[in-house]
Amino acid sequence: MSELVIKDLHVNVAGNEILKGLNLTVRQGEIHAIMGPNGTGKSTLAYALMGHPNYDVTGGEVWFKGENILELEPDERSHLGLFLAFQYPVSIPGVTVANFLRTAINAHRKAADPEDKGIKIPQFRTMLKERMDMLKMDHAFAGRYLNEGFSGGEKKRAEILQMATLQPEIAILDETDSGLDIDALRIVSEGVNALRNSEFGALVITHYQRILNYIQPDYVHVMLDGRVVESGGPELALQLEEQGYDWVREKHSSVVA
Amino acid sequence: MTTKKVVTRTQRTRRRTQFEGFNFTREMVVPGDGSGILADFHARAWDAFEKLSYPTTKDEPWRRTDIRGLDSDFQLPALDAYLDLPAIPSRLLKPLVGDQHGGQITLLPGGMEKNFEPESVPKGVIFTDFETASRAYPKEFGKALGQIVDPAEGKFAALTAALAPNGVFVYVPRGVQVKEPLHSLVWAAGESLAHFSHLVIWLEEGAELTYVHEVASPNGAQAQTLHGGIVELYVGAGANLRFVELQSLGDAVWNFTHERARVEQDGNVDWIFGAIGTRLTKNFSDLDLAGKGANGRMSGFYFTDGQQLLDHDTQQNHFAPHTTSDLLFKGALKGESRSVWQGMIYVAPDAQQTDGYQANRNLILSNNARADSIPGLEILADDVRCTHGATVGKIDPDLVFYLRSRGIPNEQAERLVVEGFFDPIMQRIPFDGVRNRFQEAIQEKMDAQ
Repeated sequence: MSELVIKDLHVNVAGNEILKGLNLTVRQGEIHAIMGPNGTGKSTLAYALMGHPNYDVTGGEVWFKGENILELEPDERSHLGLFLAFQYPVSIPGVTVANFLRTAINAHRKAADPEDKGIKIPQFRTMLKERMDMLKMDHAFAGRYLNEGFSGGEKKRAEILQMATLQPEIAILDETDSGLDIDALRIVSEGVNALRNSEFGALVITHYQRILNYIQPDYVHVMLDGRVVESGGPELALQLEEQGYDWVREKHSSVVA
Repeated sequence: MTTKKVVTRTQRTRRRTQFEGFNFTREMVVPGDGSGILADFHARAWDAFEKLSYPTTKDEPWRRTDIRGLDSDFQLPALDAYLDLPAIPSRLLKPLVGDQHGGQITLLPGGMEKNFEPESVPKGVIFTDFETASRAYPKEFGKALGQIVDPAEGKFAALTAALAPNGVFVYVPRGVQVKEPLHSLVWAAGESLAHFSHLVIWLEEGAELTYVHEVASPNGAQAQTLHGGIVELYVGAGANLRFVELQSLGDAVWNFTHERARVEQDGNVDWIFGAIGTRLTKNFSDLDLAGKGANGRMSGFYFTDGQQLLDHDTQQNHFAPHTTSDLLFKGALKGESRSVWQGMIYVAPDAQQTDGYQANRNLILSNNARADSIPGLEILADDVRCTHGATVGKIDPDLVFYLRSRGIPNEQAERLVVEGFFDPIMQRIPFDGVRNRFQEAIQEKMDAQ
């Protein structure tokens, strides 16, 4: 069983230290929620784990399947089984959802076996339709340019569709609930839950407890000023919902100062 | 004689202030035979050539394209010169449109090949070389030659008209539809050679034709090669022409072309350009919407790398009311290459209710490449709709990161973004073979170092 082990991670963005020694372990089969007020570095964690070039890792290690992934390119991290559902997915003009997904699948197959000839088109189509049905997406979606002119809900569904297609071992969901109405949130959550099994682990980054009503976490962590400062079970999320973050701030005032 | 002799001011650098001129002479003008149509045409063109001066960067259309580095000393290919030159790669002879050609004419250095069964096209359709056209079809050829592109409109047009050893003439009679596409290929192999090609397509009222015109030569020549080209397209009332032209000349070729489509009432031209070759290209492509309700679409694809300079000058002339034009040129640039697109929509005073559109989009793939994009409108009517847009941009690194986060390696991610960039052009091309050719060009250019 694989696990993602983050040790003392320090990350700078544009010269400012945002992550200041973050520790966290996510195992396959577990759902972890990361909560915290704005500006505590939640999205920075997501981008740094996936290897965005603007996020400058200045210290620490992230181990996954025996490799310190901080030394790997973003595509290599993906091949290992890591996935990031973006908070703000970019649109790729002129590239259809289907073309993009087939390219991604084939890149994964080729990474696993350089001799691989790529997925057969009929097999790909069947698989894609199946996944789209699961997310209640119109099949016409496959022919649209990726994220171009998509509504907020469509973009998030497209992210989950990609996740369902690439079947990562550890997924990071960066505020997937933001900008979703209740129906879209339910559909997206059902999509995540459908993937839930002993092979799948997730780090659900969220601002609100709302999404955790649909995706039940095994563990809840609170981030403050670039570190994980509290960890607990699902009850921690409920406590935050009721009491806000003030008590966390007070408890860890030395950290914040 | 050269009419303009510029006295070079004393300068410390030895750089010339102007291109000194070719050493072609009147004796090189092809005499022509048969009806005398060609002989007269060549002689008139040479006269025009002598009267005109070489363009300099002081001339507005040539401001960004400097020909001072052009050699003076080019040879015209001797008879059968092609036999000792690299042969045409077979892939260039495969049909690009549909499964088969209705016919193919290859203009070779010092020769010509015609593969055409007159039985394969409807009666009355002419598809032949200039020599034959002049002899066998003087009536049709005589009324078409030089009518759309006047040799006197430019120094290189005149030179090309005078010295083109042969050309291709296509004539489709009134109401005739040619189902199988016709194809011509100009093979401009060799070094220090001057190649001139001339194509005339004439569609009478209600005629229909799909045509592919290619100009190509191998890369890697040490010395410059010259190509001059003229393309004349006449689309009669209610006629319909789909015209695809592909330029993949070698990287030592200097290429100068004058092209124009004239579209009569309710006629339609769908004009597709692809340009990936040459060291330097200066192209003039004009769309003249001459009759009420005429319609023209121009779709351009270019991709440059290394030291290339491609300069396309387009003109959409709305001379009549209710005419529509739609131009989209998209290009990507690598290395230290440059592109220039200068476009103009002109609407004549009485061309009311016209709709003109032009857009040029450029994707810069290296720090040293540069694209100049200059749209222009000159509208003399008051009830028209004209829109234009021009952009020059780089690959957004966030797009590449997004694709890489899905496991797509860097190079492939960039290629996907580039292919996506070109997709709006691909969508306008109804021919798989042409789209595939463009895809191959993207791949080759992206892979090239």
